[in-house]
Amino acid sequence: MNITRYTRLAGLEPLVITPDLLFVNVGERTNVTGSAQFKKLVKEERYEEAVDVARQQVANGAQIIDVNMDEGLIDSEAAMTRFLNLIAAEPDIARVPVMVDSSKWSVIEAGLRCLQGKGVVNSISMKEGEDVFLEHARKVLEYGAAVVVMAFDEQGQADTCARKVDICSRAYKLLTEELDFPPEDIIFDPNIFAIATGIEEHNNYAVDFIEATRELKKRFPLSHVSGGVSNVSFSFRGNNTVREAIHSVFLYHAIKAGMDMGIVNAGALMIYDDVPAQLRERVEDVVLNRRADATERLLEIADQYKARKGETVTENLAWREKPVHERLAHALVHGIDQYVDEDTEDARQQSSRPLDVIEGPLMAGMNVVGDLFGAGKMFLPQVVKSARVMKKAVAYLLPYIEAEKLRTGDAGKNNGTIVMATVKGDVHDIGKNIVGVVLRCNNFEVIDLGVMVPAQKILDTAREHNADIIGLSGLITPSLEEMSQVAREMQRQDFQIPLLIGGATTSRAHTALKIEPHYKSPTVWVKDASRAVGVAQSLISKELVDNFMAKIRTEYADIRERHKNRSTAKTLVPLQHARNQRFQGDWTNYTPPQPQKPGLTVFDDYDLAELRQYIDWTPFFQAWELAGRYPAILEDDIVGKQATELFADAQAMLDKIIAERWLTARGVIGFWPAHSIGDDIEITTAKNLARSGKQTGARLHHLRQQAEKPVERPDFCLSDFIAPKDENKQDWLGGFAVTAGIGIEEHVARFEAAHDDYSAILLKALADRLAEAFAERIHERVRREFWGYQSEESLDNEALINEKYLGIRPAPGYPACPDHTEKTALFELLDATRNTGIELTEGFAMYPAAAVSGWYFSHPGSQYFVVGRITREQVDDYAKRKGWTREEAERWLAPNLDYDPE
Amino acid sequence: MSTLPWLHPDRVALLEAALRQRILILDGGMGTMLQGHQLDETGFRGERFVDGHDGNHAHGHDHPGSCDLKGNNDLLTLTQPEIIRGVHEAYLEAGADLIETNTFNSTRISQADYHLEHLAYELNREGAKLARAACDTYTAKTPDKPRFVIGILGPTSRTASLSPDVNDPGFRNVTFEELVDNYTESASGLIDGGADMIMVETIFDTLNAKAALFALSELFRARGSRLPVMISGTITDRSGRTLSGQTSEAFYYSIKHIRPLSVGLNCALGAADLRPHVQTLSNVAGCYVSTHPNAGLPNAFGEYDETPAQMAAVIGGFARDGLLNMVGGCCGTTPAHIKAIAEAVSQCAPRALPSEEQEAA
Repeated sequence: MNITRYTRLAGLEPLVITPDLLFVNVGERTNVTGSAQFKKLVKEERYEEAVDVARQQVANGAQIIDVNMDEGLIDSEAAMTRFLNLIAAEPDIARVPVMVDSSKWSVIEAGLRCLQGKGVVNSISMKEGEDVFLEHARKVLEYGAAVVVMAFDEQGQADTCARKVDICSRAYKLLTEELDFPPEDIIFDPNIFAIATGIEEHNNYAVDFIEATRELKKRFPLSHVSGGVSNVSFSFRGNNTVREAIHSVFLYHAIKAGMDMGIVNAGALMIYDDVPAQLRERVEDVVLNRRADATERLLEIADQYKARKGETVTENLAWREKPVHERLAHALVHGIDQYVDEDTEDARQQSSRPLDVIEGPLMAGMNVVGDLFGAGKMFLPQVVKSARVMKKAVAYLLPYIEAEKLRTGDAGKNNGTIVMATVKGDVHDIGKNIVGVVLRCNNFEVIDLGVMVPAQKILDTAREHNADIIGLSGLITPSLEEMSQVAREMQRQDFQIPLLIGGATTSRAHTALKIEPHYKSPTVWVKDASRAVGVAQSLISKELVDNFMAKIRTEYADIRERHKNRSTAKTLVPLQHARNQRFQGDWTNYTPPQPQKPGLTVFDDYDLAELRQYIDWTPFFQAWELAGRYPAILEDDIVGKQATELFADAQAMLDKIIAERWLTARGVIGFWPAHSIGDDIEITTAKNLARSGKQTGARLHHLRQQAEKPVERPDFCLSDFIAPKDENKQDWLGGFAVTAGIGIEEHVARFEAAHDDYSAILLKALADRLAEAFAERIHERVRREFWGYQSEESLDNEALINEKYLGIRPAPGYPACPDHTEKTALFELLDATRNTGIELTEGFAMYPAAAVSGWYFSHPGSQYFVVGRITREQVDDYAKRKGWTREEAERWLAPNLDYDPE
Repeated sequence: MSTLPWLHPDRVALLEAALRQRILILDGGMGTMLQGHQLDETGFRGERFVDGHDGNHAHGHDHPGSCDLKGNNDLLTLTQPEIIRGVHEAYLEAGADLIETNTFNSTRISQADYHLEHLAYELNREGAKLARAACDTYTAKTPDKPRFVIGILGPTSRTASLSPDVNDPGFRNVTFEELVDNYTESASGLIDGGADMIMVETIFDTLNAKAALFALSELFRARGSRLPVMISGTITDRSGRTLSGQTSEAFYYSIKHIRPLSVGLNCALGAADLRPHVQTLSNVAGCYVSTHPNAGLPNAFGEYDETPAQMAAVIGGFARDGLLNMVGGCCGTTPAHIKAIAEAVSQCAPRALPSEEQEAA
């Protein structure tokens, strides 16, 4: 009997890589470096949803799933362990093998310790020399996994065919001869680099890869060759047709040469034969480097394909010839508001009543939009644009409808009325506005009360309009408590209409534990705008509501039950234990840097054009529920087209914001002498340093992690980064408050008056980005000039976004210092309201909402961390330090409590 | 690890020669045999634990209250060695070539149930010595039929890839590292007591087994030599999967990196129900194949009532079809079963080791 030597991997089920598989697809969405959505879920510990991402990949045909948790703010080892343990319990996911992906060996090892099957390590290389390489490979073998070997040695990444083959051959020889590593468990990654970049040395990169692949497969037929395909076409970003053609041609040749595994979106690949002949020939010239002018010749025709694909690029007016119903539907689906008045007028003249236009063609068009959105074929920015068309059409009809109503007393009917508000103390409303738009699109009447709305006003409005649903939104953590209050009030005042909960810090768990128990009528958490319509319709419908609520209630009851029985797996240590395991700043040998410019520095009108370069675009797309990392998102196979359009709109608006000075950026920074006393930080002599000259000292309070950790990993508290008082070292603390939202109201009002929610939301989202960019830019200048401890630093924007600098700028209310009330001390030290115009609400949100504030720490060991759960012991200690009662402390620290307060 | 020399190269040579020649016979169940002795608490304690603590242990067995040691079968290696040796000899007499040490629960984790964690190493070393002595006596009688000691590493009472908490699927009550520590200590005892090979058996969670294999690799490397490793998984029910959800083929791919001497299945099912899964392993395994099934499925009283003749008839079929290299019994089997099985397979050729070949490129 013979057994053929194949790579044999396993999850719960086997995966044997035989030649007839041709090409093994590795699922890439469970990777925090490649998927913004997955990163967010992991960061927020929304593991249930993160597990769903893995499930979808397997359902969509991934034969292996790649799992990567490499992110600065994530405890990567813990996240890898948690996630792999969770998917191990899901047979429909666990059936496929896992590729444990990390640049950190400790994370790879943590992953391997969770895999009962045979997975793949991605990756190891000779970057740090042969000894480390062999040590890692030996461990891989002992853990029972296959391995990806990158063509990377002590000199760097291999670019030429010869180097690729040399390095891989050397690695192969070491693995098989020193360790007897099975050749079939070796997967080479000979590095795919971008071609047609205009740099001559790059022209042969694809050929180098393909030829290296051919040679490697010839030398090592049992091993595999893999790579990240999309890199090759990077220089054609923005032209998906040409990119897909390049991928198709590249893979055609690479697979023929023996490439048999890769991270590609196979579903989106163009079939080689379907690439238009002229394009294929020129792409092939580029990929195979067949002629010196190949790049120029491809560029010559590239735009032609770009135009052919994006119908928005060249305006095609054929649809204008169609009947009015179809014109309206077309305008709605494509979000074109240019002809809406004339089309609406045509339709009105053809209808017996003006209301028929809404209930007929307009609603039919919006139904198409709703269906496409529900099916994932349209994305949020498109829907908001569709809504703009709808709103304009309705606005056009409104006078006719009013006249009609006067004449007949007939009012149109809608799906239901929803009162929405951002709760008291909170000013964030982008998400809420998007939800409002989406609901209006689906024929709900939405009464939006705006931001910082007191509970009673929400309830009164609901009664007055006989509302069918109340929706609450909020972003900062104190809003969670306020929502719980509103629920209690609704119960006390005998409300019986459903309550919807949404916003970035809300969660299913919080709603189940802290809100639903207070209100007897339906209380439902809405994950995002795309779910809002489904939930609202289910609640309004007499047929659906009972089943729907039965499901929700069971789900929430389960969550409560689970919470009650939550395991003690993550036990917390006593406060003193955590303090003994504090971060050690090596204070005897370390001298804290003195600021170049102590005291306050105020920026009255910062140059927006400068800030523009510092924008981190990834969160901008997140705000529009488009998942992916910038700039890769612009070429994403699913949302790429939509993201590109949105990005173009954003750029156009940014041009105007800057040229027409719509917004003013104001900020203030300061540095004060400080030392730490236990977990507090004391500002010593701030006298004469602040412009106001008010403060002579301040005590800042911080919280400490209480996680059980190995001795070498500290339980952090921000005060650890400041020299303790008894060290007698002169240390400093910095602080900042910046906004890019001064003057925004007038423009938002202008857009809203023009029924243009799309532009209003876009402007708010851009102001947020500019404020963040402002914070990033000022922090850079702080490091280089104002504090000046890193005057040599030079980082590009991506490095800044990835926080590759020394020192941190944690913000009160965020994970490292979750108590929002500490903003009061920060604002007093900075005299921030007078210096910048930013005000604090009673919930300690900043207004304008496009604002960022925080502390600066310069210690080279300072780092971001998550305080996480804390015990009652620490809450009591903190309350004592702050002069609070235990109840007050529990209210402000609610999201961090490891126990249920009485 | 596969590059390390054997610790006992001469014994490995004898073993491989025997495996090429015939189907080797594993022993049968320990529990059923011990039940015959009807030991009470005093019997389990023997002299060493007579006072309710370990008289040989400096710190004593000093937890408050008394803790019954009855049922701790592995402890009998220390307190009633003549009984354990008697069981080994009964199986040797019945025709077994391979004797499994009485160490199924001799890990720190499992002994913690009796507050006897400190005995883990000793139980394994002494367990191996007992089996060694019994085997050597019989080999001396008939030198042309060498007998071998299999040092047994059991599954422990915990699972590294399953949550014991239905409400939290991500929870684990044992870590990979803890299992590695446990198995390292136990395997050291088995090696020091003279085991010829190590068998990781009754694997219902492959991750536990992988921890055992990791521990063995590191231990062998630290000692500079290795023993052959046998692997035996457990298909928990007729669904054909392990408790942790793997198919038998996936199970084999997950442990094959240790380059085992053999892979097989034992426990949970009777021979007839195990057959299709043994067949699967036989189709894919590049190493030898073993099985030691239960004497059927337990009846309403938890007893196994497949007779020696019934069991031998089914297993004779496995052997005739060329699926087997090693065969014996698990729960409910006795020397009478082993004798019947030995006779049933004696005329059958062992499964030929497949040759691994490269696909023509």
